[in-house]
Amino acid sequence: MRGVLFLPDGLQARTLTECTMEVRDANAAMLSNFETLKYLSKMPCSHQSPENVKDFLTAMLPHKLTKAEKLQLLNHRPQTAVEIQLMVEESEERLSEDQIEELIQKVTEILPGDPQQEEGAPGDAEMDANADQ
Amino acid sequence: MFVVVEMVDTVRIPPWNFHRQLNDAIAEELNKKLANKVVYNVGLCICLYDITKLEDSYIFPGDGASHTKVHFRYVVFHPFLDEILVGKIKYCSQEGVHVSLGFFDDILIPPESLQQPAKFDEAEQVWVWEYETDEGAHDLYMDQGEEIRFRVVDELFLDTSPTGPTTDPEKESPYTLMASISEPGLGLLSWWSN
Repeated sequence: MRGVLFLPDGLQARTLTECTMEVRDANAAMLSNFETLKYLSKMPCSHQSPENVKDFLTAMLPHKLTKAEKLQLLNHRPQTAVEIQLMVEESEERLSEDQIEELIQKVTEILPGDPQQEEGAPGDAEMDANADQ
Repeated sequence: MFVVVEMVDTVRIPPWNFHRQLNDAIAEELNKKLANKVVYNVGLCICLYDITKLEDSYIFPGDGASHTKVHFRYVVFHPFLDEILVGKIKYCSQEGVHVSLGFFDDILIPPESLQQPAKFDEAEQVWVWEYETDEGAHDLYMDQGEEIRFRVVDELFLDTSPTGPTTDPEKESPYTLMASISEPGLGLLSWWSN
């Protein structure tokens, strides 16, 4: 029969912390996944489907954008010329103003936006289209 | 923002998990080991993407658990240089503006990368962009909780492995991003929305 070993308190406390550390880590991992999901659900990508992505990439072919630029356009769905200039390098030299407008239009058409936001201003979009014609 | 990284590791499955499917047990062990952890020079690991190859499992003398070499892919948060991201302002300090993405907090915009001219309001502890127009200067405050668009300009990986008992455990972040908002279109979303 073994005798009972009395461990000094310091040693016992360390083992307890190690045990609790493992459990806490597993929870922290689940927390980061949930926070990532929360962040992504607020971004435009939450409304996209693989078909949207394919259509968008096909439409972008004539513009000769780099992979990183197309990725950023997909992720952010820019609506203004300023945003396009941020994401496309040297956009003043590579794209004319008409091409930038064309990009914004393609992005707005092909990539679905936030349905709540779009409901707010359908009248404005129609008025702008009439003004162009 | 996210990349898929191929890794290889040996996964230990303790005997009380032998009744589970090997793939599931391995997936759980990998997630427990890597999720929400920063791997040096790789990035912040989020979750397992898939398992590409499982090699044979071995049981070694003295340990009842099985050891399996696994080739797998992991989703890692690692924005590329010059990438544009949108986050929320956590707080401002003398060091600059601290931005958070919800799941990742260590993003700093140093004072020289703010829209110039900028000044630090000591009373309210916020950075302010003194925007000049023809009518005069507008003070644009960078308040806590505001959404901010920034460009990633630098990343800093620090090895935070334990060194020895004498070093002071400072709260060093293993992975920090340096950002900039000194371009048109960057900064608080409210500054640029029509």
